Amino acid sequence: MDNILSIVTFIPAVAAGILALFLHGEDVAAQRNAKWVALVATTVTFLVSIGIYTGFDPSNTGFQMVEEGEWLLGLKYKMGVDGISVLFVLLTTFIMPLTILASWHVTDRVKEYMIAFLLLETLMLGVFMALDLVLFYLFFEAGLIPMFLIIGIWGGANRVYASFKFFLYTFLGSVLMLVAMVAMYADAGTTDIEALMSHHFSSEGFSVLGIYVVGGMQTLMFLAFFASFAVKMPMWPVHTWLPDAHVQAPTAGSVVLAAILLKMGGYGFLRFSLPMFPVGSAVMTDLVLWMSAIAVVYTSLVALVQEDMKKLIAYSSVAHMGFVTMGIFAANQQGIDGAIFQMLSHGFISAALFLCVGVIYDRMHTRDIEAYGGLVIRMPAYALVFMLFTMANVGLPGTSGFIGEFLTLMGTFQVNTWVTAVAASGVIFSAAYALWLYRRVVFGDLIKESLKAMTDMSSRERLIFAPLIVMTILLGVYPSLVTDVIGNSTAALISNYEMALAAAEAATQSAASH
Amino acid sequence: MIQADLTIILPEIVLAVYAMAALLAAVYTTKDGLAPLLVWTTAGLMALLAIWIATNGDGTNVAFNGMFVDDGFARFSKVAILLSAAAILVMSQEYMARRDLLRFEFPLLVALAAVGMMMMVSAGDLMSLYMGLELQSLSLYVVAALRRDSAKSTEAGLKYFVLGALSSGLLLYGASLVYGFTGTTLFSGIIQTVQDGEISVGLLFGLVFLISGLAFKVSAVPFHMWTPDVYEGSPTPITAFFATAPKVAAMALFARVMHDAFGGVIKDWQQVIVLLSVLSMLLGAVAAIGQRDIKRLMAFSSIAHMGYALIGLAAGTELGIKAMLMYLAIYVTMNIGTFAFILMMERDGKPVTDIDALRQYSKREPGKALAVLILMFSLAGVPPMLGFFAKFGVWQAGVSAGLTGLVIASAIASVIGAFYYLRIVFYMYFGAENDDPIETHSSPVLWVALMGSAALMLVGVFYQFGIEGAAAAAAATLVN
Repeated sequence: MDNILSIVTFIPAVAAGILALFLHGEDVAAQRNAKWVALVATTVTFLVSIGIYTGFDPSNTGFQMVEEGEWLLGLKYKMGVDGISVLFVLLTTFIMPLTILASWHVTDRVKEYMIAFLLLETLMLGVFMALDLVLFYLFFEAGLIPMFLIIGIWGGANRVYASFKFFLYTFLGSVLMLVAMVAMYADAGTTDIEALMSHHFSSEGFSVLGIYVVGGMQTLMFLAFFASFAVKMPMWPVHTWLPDAHVQAPTAGSVVLAAILLKMGGYGFLRFSLPMFPVGSAVMTDLVLWMSAIAVVYTSLVALVQEDMKKLIAYSSVAHMGFVTMGIFAANQQGIDGAIFQMLSHGFISAALFLCVGVIYDRMHTRDIEAYGGLVIRMPAYALVFMLFTMANVGLPGTSGFIGEFLTLMGTFQVNTWVTAVAASGVIFSAAYALWLYRRVVFGDLIKESLKAMTDMSSRERLIFAPLIVMTILLGVYPSLVTDVIGNSTAALISNYEMALAAAEAATQSAASH
Repeated sequence: MIQADLTIILPEIVLAVYAMAALLAAVYTTKDGLAPLLVWTTAGLMALLAIWIATNGDGTNVAFNGMFVDDGFARFSKVAILLSAAAILVMSQEYMARRDLLRFEFPLLVALAAVGMMMMVSAGDLMSLYMGLELQSLSLYVVAALRRDSAKSTEAGLKYFVLGALSSGLLLYGASLVYGFTGTTLFSGIIQTVQDGEISVGLLFGLVFLISGLAFKVSAVPFHMWTPDVYEGSPTPITAFFATAPKVAAMALFARVMHDAFGGVIKDWQQVIVLLSVLSMLLGAVAAIGQRDIKRLMAFSSIAHMGYALIGLAAGTELGIKAMLMYLAIYVTMNIGTFAFILMMERDGKPVTDIDALRQYSKREPGKALAVLILMFSLAGVPPMLGFFAKFGVWQAGVSAGLTGLVIASAIASVIGAFYYLRIVFYMYFGAENDDPIETHSSPVLWVALMGSAALMLVGVFYQFGIEGAAAAAAATLVN
């Protein structure tokens, strides 16, 4: 199959189109059909996407399975994957069937709900595969629309505020990135990502509004992209949209948000910031490292005092994303491998944690930690699953969470010891909030009347968790599954990055000696 | 000689003669009884003329010693003007008939306004410019006050007239200064006197007054004050008309004057346009936030959109003009769809313009709600809708002309502006339930306009019906 990437990307969109055109009515049969169509479509997408994995050659560091076509305004439709993006594609196709299964109890506007999720999948896949700047932006930004509607229509009590905040926050970051993209197009004359990676953007310092900018154009462009990716990531201090969005979104929305949408920021840093603006990245490295370290500690402390379970997990996501940015900007093999690993592992773990909250929320319709306690008595299987993912979230060896945190810390240690020391203390806080949450919800006496009628997980719920458990443990004991695939591509990325820095250094020195 | 001149100006003559003949016919027969027929024949004639102009013209033809220029740029603008005017006419017919507003003068005034607009975009001389502009404006003043028994409508007409007269005065004063300092009213003559890039203070004054007058016509800030009141007060079909064809004509005229007459001194007018553009975008974005009336909201939206289109003009390059033309074409398409929806909004047969009435509309009419959603995201410039590519185009032109600051300002304005488009989506999809929901009376014409324009916002991403090539060719004839 020559155009397997497009096929995978657009299967969900086609299914959404079928639902929109051919499914009518709001009765039970129509709702069931909508769910089944969505489930089958996402499952087929996953099965086809395995073809991408098997056809992928890890020893090749370039883009593979590339498709190219003409598009409007001199832009190109170009798709491809490399070691950095291929696993994100699989993560997306893997998570989506689970989110559909997790939405089986939705009864309000089921058809529209499924259409929104299917379109969202297409757009997310497009982000990870697009090899044209504007095509990337299109997928990146268009994903806001279904997510805005998902939070807004099927969200909680304060959904309007959360959806607007989510949209406008991310939109502001993105338009600044778009301005930088336009400037890149003007400078390089192309929007092809492959060509832009080998294009040298000027790094000569100049003054803007009286402020001298070290690294010149590269630094400015880096900042514009940073505005977008840091919000998306999200990094402290622009993370405040995330807790709101997570708390108000329906369970499946939170899962997609945490497992996939947040990864776009990290992916963006690896795809654009490091390879295209190496000097700009080097200039900003210290700032980003410290922001990450603060994020890890600060958001862990904030998580400690949360009373809403989803909010707690949301803050924990911000902390974990702090490790990712730290690893990326350490810019060495362990750091970047660890960052990608951490993103994938967080994709499974945070998805599972939000699903865990969803399980008890569906029964009790509250996310207040206070409202629970002693669940282990009525729900032993649930207690076991929740414990596994709590431990994985803490980073217990043997789970995938450990590998990611360890590698990123190891990578960062070689660059900045202090940042590593601060961030490592965050690991302890993360153990504190996660274990305390678990204690308050699952252990203790079952004294609350309302909890006494709780039933344990249904077979549908067990089915959702099974693949996540397998992946978390498998990656924890056999991390080469990931590192073998990404290793060569990250090595190439790092060597290009270092060569570009050395060249820029040499250029400044020869300019100084003249 | 006169024969050749008349051939070039034939489309305008046909439309003008048609309007006058139809006026006589209607006056001497059944008057308003003829109105529905006239709406359709006028729209049909306009569509035919648009096709004729699009397929027949080629090259640059000059008539009446340079007073009238028929080039690719003029033809592109004329096609956009004629098609949008025709679309608005057929959309209005049913709405006006049901509200007893359908006078036979309406289609004919629109036709005369269209003649004026065609004249404007073809103007090669300050005199023909003013002639076209006034023919257009006078027709518009009258249609704004079409609802004679409504205080708001007559107020709109009067306000438009008084402020319009003021702006015409500014423009005329500017024109007289330009004439005084260059000795000619011909654009081709003016451009020769400023060829060397030097411009005398008097001429600069004239230029600024000219720009002020034109900025009033495109409703750029700070000459926008009339827009919200006129948009709100006029009957909705008239508002729809104001938001489309005259905007295209005024922007095209603006571009023609700047490039044909003052193309040699881009630096001198660029900063003025940049200022107009920034102010329009920011005010359009901020002021619309407080609006509850969808017509006022669309007025501010159009102010903001003109600001974005002005980026293309401010760039002062061929790429900029191309982006501006694309922007206008896409803007007009979006507005036709949006106004088709506004024309549908009613309760108990009375038009409703309060956005609050849209609460939970998507539950009752999912198809139309989806179309409006697409249009709103397109107006906000969110990909993958076509509105995004319009913005991308002007930004590209702006950055390559070195106007990065302007582009960043417009990026910020577009985020602020996204808020009020999103709010309409919010009301339709997840606002609290309203006790008093609106009905949407949907005639087939309006339905086609709404759905067609929404569909174009998506289809346009893959295929643009050759508009891009036409805009590029049109821009090439203007800037050289």
